[in-house]
Amino acid sequence: MSAHAHDHGHDDHIHPAPSNFLTKYVFSIDHKVIGIQFLFSGLIMFWIGGLLALAVRWQLAWPWQPIPLLSGIWAEYGYRLPPEYYNKLFTMHATVMIFFVIIPLLTGAFGNFLIPLMIGARDMAFPKLNMYSYWFMWPSIILMSFSFFVPGGAAEAGWTSYPTLSTFRWSTSGALDGQTLWLMSLLFAGISSLMGSINYITTIIMLRAPGMKMFRLPMTVWAMFITALLQAFALPVLTSALIMQLLDRIIGTNFFSPANWMVANSGNVVGGGQILLFQHLFWFYSHPAVYIMILPAMGMVSDILSTFSRKPLFGYKPMVFSVSAIAGLGFIVWGHHMFQSGMNPALGATFMLSTMMIALPSAIKTFNWLGTMWGGRLQFTTPMLNAIGFVAMFVIGGLSGIFMAATPVDMHIHDTYFIVGHIHYVLFGGSTFAIFAGIYYWFPKMFGRMMNERLGKIHFALTFLFFNGTFFLMHIIGMHGHPRRIADPTVYEFLRGSGVVGMNQFMTINAILLGMAQLIVVYNFIYSLFFGPKAPANPWHANTLEWACPSPPPYYNFLKIPTVYRMAYEYSADDVAPRDYWPQDEPAAESKDEAAVGHSH
Amino acid sequence: MSDIATFPVSLPTATSKPAASAAPVTPGKVAMWLFLATEIMFFTGLIGSYIVLRAGSPPTAYSDKYPPNTPLTAISNPEEVVFHNWPKPYDTATNPLSIDLTAANTFILICSSVTMVLALGAAQRDDRKMTTRYLLATMLIGGTFLGVQVYEYYQLMFGHIYPVGISPTGHFRPNVSLFASCFFTMTGFHGTHVAVGVFMIFCALLQSLRGVYHSKNYASLEYIGLYWHFVDLVWIILFTVVYLI
Repeated sequence: MSAHAHDHGHDDHIHPAPSNFLTKYVFSIDHKVIGIQFLFSGLIMFWIGGLLALAVRWQLAWPWQPIPLLSGIWAEYGYRLPPEYYNKLFTMHATVMIFFVIIPLLTGAFGNFLIPLMIGARDMAFPKLNMYSYWFMWPSIILMSFSFFVPGGAAEAGWTSYPTLSTFRWSTSGALDGQTLWLMSLLFAGISSLMGSINYITTIIMLRAPGMKMFRLPMTVWAMFITALLQAFALPVLTSALIMQLLDRIIGTNFFSPANWMVANSGNVVGGGQILLFQHLFWFYSHPAVYIMILPAMGMVSDILSTFSRKPLFGYKPMVFSVSAIAGLGFIVWGHHMFQSGMNPALGATFMLSTMMIALPSAIKTFNWLGTMWGGRLQFTTPMLNAIGFVAMFVIGGLSGIFMAATPVDMHIHDTYFIVGHIHYVLFGGSTFAIFAGIYYWFPKMFGRMMNERLGKIHFALTFLFFNGTFFLMHIIGMHGHPRRIADPTVYEFLRGSGVVGMNQFMTINAILLGMAQLIVVYNFIYSLFFGPKAPANPWHANTLEWACPSPPPYYNFLKIPTVYRMAYEYSADDVAPRDYWPQDEPAAESKDEAAVGHSH
Repeated sequence: MSDIATFPVSLPTATSKPAASAAPVTPGKVAMWLFLATEIMFFTGLIGSYIVLRAGSPPTAYSDKYPPNTPLTAISNPEEVVFHNWPKPYDTATNPLSIDLTAANTFILICSSVTMVLALGAAQRDDRKMTTRYLLATMLIGGTFLGVQVYEYYQLMFGHIYPVGISPTGHFRPNVSLFASCFFTMTGFHGTHVAVGVFMIFCALLQSLRGVYHSKNYASLEYIGLYWHFVDLVWIILFTVVYLI
């Protein structure tokens, strides 16, 4: 397919709108519909993951007390949660939240919806591949849900699924068939992500509107681009590791089983493999994965902060370079998850240094966000509040990350609740607040109606309060030595005191309230979907291209493909005063405009 | 790649250079290269694991002259004892693989890359008859490679009784040793890729019979070619790493 074969204008290729319900809303190839499909399935899985977490919290606060509403499931165990079921709960909580909530919401929902709109394209480069990417999530979700009902129940080796706990069928009850289904489920999720990432990269490289140079892309698109590169290059390694573990389990290969391994009356295993190899392969993906879970959030927050500060984004290019640096460094730091697993000290020190270097681009980003807000005319809308919440909470999560990057400190806090606190400050305080910000910000564009601001602010305030109530104390009990992944902390003398027990109960009460606070956003979302006031095309007076098309955009996005004349962040520019925004596709009034299309540098 | 949506939306404007001189980079080609990049990372995971597992294997010894559990390192006549930490090429006591057969098979697979290039060249010259013939040749040669691999698998798993240095059970199957696990996983995944490639070439052959490929339309042939050459390249690396070293 040479360039000549496609030698026609921008306004061609407006495909006829899909006419029947099935192709319009279910097997749609429209990136906006697929994005909204990802949004809804992600939000539903969010509830499932959240309820799993509440069950975990209940057990930690009141060990072995019957869980309200759920205890009937365990009637044969005297209405108590069996300890192996506790393992299933935290394993599934993490798996669901990471693979079915955060990654699909950030890359699947916002990536799909925003990339073509923000770069001025009619759709993704490969709309059908995009559809497959969504529908490959469903075998994954179904296998994972089904695993609760097979003999032995769902996987319980943690979301990290380390051998030998995960590979030998006799190691835990979850290692019977649950673990096999877990592996197959993640393989499907991985294929889905890979299809998405190839599509995103191709789209961003090839389908940008005229004048949309790479360095005029909004930060959201930059972040999605780098994230997709991370997925494309890190995820296949996890795929190979999952396949090797799967083969170990089903045809008896010896990749991750040590030599002459025998426990009790188990069959003899030839073995000879390396247990640690799985951890290396797993973290080679899963450390980049934590950046997959935060970089899109950073990009969205950058755009939202700039819009509501009515100021250009402070340090656009440093932001781009620091996102790239975080991604690049992300490939050489995986060993910091394995300081306790056994490692040459020289190698450990190398991983420590490379990990600490990530603080540098992260700090550049944080200070740039502050610089963006500094002296701006801040508008405290709900998306803005959530974006500021992101920055504040990310700082706490980022700083605690430096603690555990230091090997000597990590020796003490490894596998304690300090780690659990850290990951939740980054993934809930960070990514989830950014997801809320994104939902409030782009809801008018997605559905053509405004969400309720007052409810949004109440939701933010309560979420922020209960979030900190739930997760901050984890740092303290973690420093005190409270291990993670333990069904009953009170088996230890030093965790039996009223301080730790009281803090655990306080955190659980906050977690329940945190969950209940989310009912507000559910109500707000559903009510606004049907009864919210109609949204104008550009309700926030923002500059990026998605606001140039109607709310919601028609299936072809742009009637005429826009031409881009400037950066996305020309807020409060003198040229267009008294108006304080200057959309990217608006031609300049003066003819000597430096930013006009075609002046290549 | 029939679902390419909106290329090219960034057409040259009046002030920019004409795009005629630019290389025809299409979304399909970008996506194919990205897909191959993910494939490279996948095989890097497998090959890297192989290297780590091999390097981490402790030295071991065996002999079929002494009963099991004999401390072989204490035996005075070391000629009857084989010391190794990984099967050596051409060592029938430790390595069941037939390098000669696989070397011939490697040559066969490389030949199929040549015919693939010729098929694409024929399409670019509007020579539809030769396009079809070369595609047929590529498919048959690729199928031959697969056939030889199936034969090799059959011989390894069922056809021979191997000495204990190769397998404690006499057969060479994925579970008998770490080397067997690696061998079957790596060559098996490569074989799956070849099979997918043969199927794609079969589809291209059907298209070619309908006269679809010509000098204005050969992109999908080019993408299949890229994939096919990639599969060849991986095989050359696998052959070197698993069989020869």
